[in-house]
Amino acid sequence: MSIDTTLPVLKPTDFASDQDVRWCPGCGDYSILAQMKKVLPTLGVPREKIVFISGIGCSSRFPYYMNTYGMHSIHGRAPAVASGLKCARPDLQVWVITGDGDGLSIGGNHLMHAIRRNLDINIVLFNNRIYGLTKGQYSPTSPLGQKTKSTPMGAIDNPLHPLSIAIGCEATFVARSIDTHINHLGEVLKRAAEHPGTSFIEVYQNCNVFNDGAWDYAKDRDTKADTTLELQHGKPLIFGKNREKGIRLNGMTPEVVELGKGITEDDLLFHDEKSPEPTLAYLLSRMRYEDGFPEPIGVFRCVDAPRYDQLANQQIEEATKKKGKGDLDALFNSGDTWVVD
Amino acid sequence: MATITAPSPNGTAKPVAQLEDATVRFCGDSGDGMQLAGTQFTNTSALAGNDVATFPDFPAEIRAPRGTKAGVSGFQVHFSSNDIYTPGDTVDALVAMNPAALVTNLGDLREGGVLLINKDAFDKKGLEQAGYKTNPLEDGSLNKYKMHAVEMTKLNRLAVEGFGLSQKEADLCRNFFAMGLVFWLYDRSLEPTMRFIAQKFGKRPEVAQANTASLKAGYNYGETVEAMSTQYQVAPAKLPAGKYRNIMGNTALAYGLIAAARLSNKRLFLGAYPITPASDILHELSTHKNFDVLTFQAEDEIAAMTATVGAAFAGEMAVTASSGPGIALKAEAMGLAVMTELPMLVINVQRGGPSTGLPTKTEQADLTQAMFGRNGECPMPVLAARSPADCFYIVQEAWRIAVRYMTPVIVLTDGYLANGSEPWKIPSSAELPRLEIVHPVEPNGAEAFLPYARDERLARPWATPGTPQLMHRIGGLEKQDGTGNVSYDPLNHEHMVRTRAKKVALVADDIPLQTLDGPEQGDLVVVSWGGTYGACATAVHKVQRSGKNVSHCHLRHLNPLPRNLGQILKNFKRALVPELNLGQLRMILRSEYLVDAIGYNKVQGKPFSVAELVEKIETLLNK
Repeated sequence: MSIDTTLPVLKPTDFASDQDVRWCPGCGDYSILAQMKKVLPTLGVPREKIVFISGIGCSSRFPYYMNTYGMHSIHGRAPAVASGLKCARPDLQVWVITGDGDGLSIGGNHLMHAIRRNLDINIVLFNNRIYGLTKGQYSPTSPLGQKTKSTPMGAIDNPLHPLSIAIGCEATFVARSIDTHINHLGEVLKRAAEHPGTSFIEVYQNCNVFNDGAWDYAKDRDTKADTTLELQHGKPLIFGKNREKGIRLNGMTPEVVELGKGITEDDLLFHDEKSPEPTLAYLLSRMRYEDGFPEPIGVFRCVDAPRYDQLANQQIEEATKKKGKGDLDALFNSGDTWVVD
Repeated sequence: MATITAPSPNGTAKPVAQLEDATVRFCGDSGDGMQLAGTQFTNTSALAGNDVATFPDFPAEIRAPRGTKAGVSGFQVHFSSNDIYTPGDTVDALVAMNPAALVTNLGDLREGGVLLINKDAFDKKGLEQAGYKTNPLEDGSLNKYKMHAVEMTKLNRLAVEGFGLSQKEADLCRNFFAMGLVFWLYDRSLEPTMRFIAQKFGKRPEVAQANTASLKAGYNYGETVEAMSTQYQVAPAKLPAGKYRNIMGNTALAYGLIAAARLSNKRLFLGAYPITPASDILHELSTHKNFDVLTFQAEDEIAAMTATVGAAFAGEMAVTASSGPGIALKAEAMGLAVMTELPMLVINVQRGGPSTGLPTKTEQADLTQAMFGRNGECPMPVLAARSPADCFYIVQEAWRIAVRYMTPVIVLTDGYLANGSEPWKIPSSAELPRLEIVHPVEPNGAEAFLPYARDERLARPWATPGTPQLMHRIGGLEKQDGTGNVSYDPLNHEHMVRTRAKKVALVADDIPLQTLDGPEQGDLVVVSWGGTYGACATAVHKVQRSGKNVSHCHLRHLNPLPRNLGQILKNFKRALVPELNLGQLRMILRSEYLVDAIGYNKVQGKPFSVAELVEKIETLLNK
């Protein structure tokens, strides 16, 4: 008789918790949740080894809906909670779920430091360009001029661009997807999970109550071929309904060109997600719809680098190897001592 | 102080006076190496068998402008042939390396005390910077002291000549000259300091040789110069038998954490952000990784706290260490720790506040912050160490409470305990309490795992990620008791608020009853907590020896308070609560027990002197 050691095959429903999902009907979060439940069973990681950590905001309710371990922490601090957890238990697969307000405003500092440490965690930032849970104030990704409850005359601070921030922190895995591009989103989540080191994913997510249509240009069936560009490693940057347009570098500046008329694919910029320098990825993160560019989706950057959680635990091993496992009595008796009879 | 004059035992012609105890203060510029001098003298005195207590006092600026009053750094050491608990009220010997040090410290030197001065620093500029109109070395204003103005700069330079040091490097040896002089004055061995020099400067033999030469030159100066007429000896103290070492509060605390982790079979996680005066805990622990210690220097205090919450969730012995301003930043995350009912320690090495306050000075004004400084009803057990060595034991006790009651616990120390030191009777690890921690491995409910099911202490199970079948979600939103699901139910909220409060209150069943030093009833009880233990105990003993009825009640557990404290207070006509704040424990005692406690309060960034406490106690007794 042989013992079956294969892992049980899990289905998306195995990852659903017993809690009712309470996002507004029509919220983009539903789609992201569905893709996550679809992707996790394909990773071969047992449910008990997966932990979701979130901060505060609509997106941060996510852990309650997953039948894994989870913590709905406090506003902005999820990356720091995850850092402590992952350092302590490198064997766990740790996901951070955050939003544009949680991750870039109140928690900007933690996000930056988690990324630069390259802890082996996956950060998914739901970007809806608005504060939803507090009912409609502008967020750090809201465009200039946006009128919201707290900016009746229009927002006057320059928006942050999540991927530019992540790349500025030299994130080792950077990607973007869209809530309704379900297959693409699933693919990106899967690659993020498999990347050793911090994975940072921005998901364009629609808040149909407070900021409906913010990403319509990128989601709309009729326009998305012209307004987005799907990145593929080693391939030229081509987009358009008939794949008739491309991105060419003019010096350090990208420009949109039409293929044909003497311009071939070989003249275009080729994507290289493995480039050790983050310059190309940064340049791609600067391509904005409002400036007449298609916005890239997919994996911007995927490189290997040492990971903090691994190094921190290696130092413990090294110290133990060098000095031997700590002996309490030797520690107490270190330094100058004297005896009283 | 009885002194017996006898011929010197080591063959010099100078008389030797026997003292029961003495207090020496080294002071100079913050770059003059006074902390090092004080530490070396302390360790040497401890090795000679004295009981010692120290008080380092330094400015927040790393290097304030040279020669200014703002830059004066001091280190006071009290050593004795008896048990002592304080670094001493007044100074018997003062070493002043420049005029600024003299003018800022002279007030604490007793009349007739020894004054060792670096004469070379008393030039026109130095005197001006200190605000002296005339040179005190010449105007007779120091006549009431045994003053020795020594050309330390010059003599030190001569002593280190030939070792190839630059003048700047040579002058850095000057503190060793001053040390040598004090070592002679109190008949101390140079051996421990020479060992220290060899260890510390081993890689630069010329510096090691120069420092040794300077140390010896100072010693020989004392022995040779006629003006240094008397040498003093302080006999070894009669401490309980055992092996001792000198230990500082922060070191003791770090050792206590390492011990607590090992004895509960846990890895130790410290999440910390550098802050005075707590940083040495981070430094110390980061050198002991081979004890399974992981130190995480976070990007800020909030991250230090939340990473600690994450590590606690992971199942580690998770600790954060900071000081008042840092604790203020951690407050929200401490609330998360209370809500998620995870065990962890929050160490507050208190300093002068509010805001940035007095970073390097001591105060005990964060008690109400520890008790109440979070939003909502957010109780946490609070303990306070009473002496440097007690920092070792208090964190083990705090961890025991944290685990048994599944709660974050606050430990209060202060700058005075953190940097002060005392002889520590080294325990054997075998005699320290062990803690067995059980993590659940299977569901506790009929259908599912109930993360908020409670035991008889109201503690919930500590299920850690990675355990099959026990997947659960926790967080800062109110929880339904039992299931841990989010709940907005009004009655459940009240139930949970009361449950969390009751759980912390139940800790009182698990801590020792309060003891008293002195009679169980009478005219006056002195109630103290934290780092003022030494001064209060010494003052009470002094008054008791004069035949008066006074008792001392020192609290290590501040939340919950010991069950019998209320009765103790009722057994005395009056209760005096001396605190280095404006009356925080007094307010708590008044509200808890409806007693008319009397405060004695000081907020000068300095510990109490024994004399001022004795005076206050006697005034109350004579009323």
